[in-house]
Amino acid sequence: MKNSTFFRCVLYFMVFLFFFAGCAQTIPKEALQLSKENLENRQLQTRRFDTNEETLLSASAAVLQDLGFNITESETELGVIVCSKQREAKSAGQLVGAIFLAALTGVVTPIDKEQLIRASLVTNPIHIDETEKSKCQTAVRITFQRIVINTDGDVTRRECINEAKIYQEFFDKLAQSLFLEAHEI
Amino acid sequence: MKRKQVLMVALLIALIMLVSCAPSTKQVLATKESQVKLRAIQTRAFDTTEKEKMLRTVIATLQDLGFVVDKGDATLGTVSGTKLDRYALRMTVSVRPRGETQLLVRANAQYNITAVEEPEPYQQFFDALSKAIFLTAHQVD
Repeated sequence: MKNSTFFRCVLYFMVFLFFFAGCAQTIPKEALQLSKENLENRQLQTRRFDTNEETLLSASAAVLQDLGFNITESETELGVIVCSKQREAKSAGQLVGAIFLAALTGVVTPIDKEQLIRASLVTNPIHIDETEKSKCQTAVRITFQRIVINTDGDVTRRECINEAKIYQEFFDKLAQSLFLEAHEI
Repeated sequence: MKRKQVLMVALLIALIMLVSCAPSTKQVLATKESQVKLRAIQTRAFDTTEKEKMLRTVIATLQDLGFVVDKGDATLGTVSGTKLDRYALRMTVSVRPRGETQLLVRANAQYNITAVEEPEPYQQFFDALSKAIFLTAHQVD
């Protein structure tokens, strides 16, 4: 009887080891597949402005600074600006839940503490007019993503941000910035 | 009965060794596939010489697929981006001339902490890219 429990234990452990050796993750099938959702996001994230690429890029950099982003990388030849900022990520709901649980069970649960917000802004000339700036047309697309870290230092969220309202607000600010730059304010 | 027990323990030790014996510095130059096969999977040729337009299209395709651009260099001809969707997918795409009439586009990707060495994801990426640039992607031998 004792022997059989021993065998069973060893067997379970072996199965566990096999899982350990064979659990290398593979990329999900839809990761690089263009979907309808991708194209909807494109519309959400893109706007067209009647100006040349250079002006749009500098106005964009100014808006990103307005929003507290630090520019980490830029390549004007390709119309790329990469920026990021680190902010706190506490939410009242989660905090209340954690306190409630701690009072009830005595166990302290980790809550979201800070987040890294990243964005890349890309411009693309649609129509170039050498003589007049206002006759040019340039498209701009921005994408945001964030990584949230909790009080234990673990990553709790890695996601792209697809809230229509955020993009709407960003482009409103960009339009304003272009207006200000045109009038050199 | 005792011999059987010894055999079991020996097998167990062998398994533990199998799981843990490779030094982790081996990862620095490790690939699962051969160099030739990997290049075939990750590279396509396009009938155009407009490098800047190709790079801009690569960036647009990455954005379409949900990536945020990390870096871009027109001189070197490389673009890197990261996609976060519970997982982290990092990708670098390089563009360089091939002969007088073609451009060679090469992509490599990393899914969380493993290299992507299957052909399907790259095929999907090049499908999206050729749709965006209105050109056919040629297999390179």
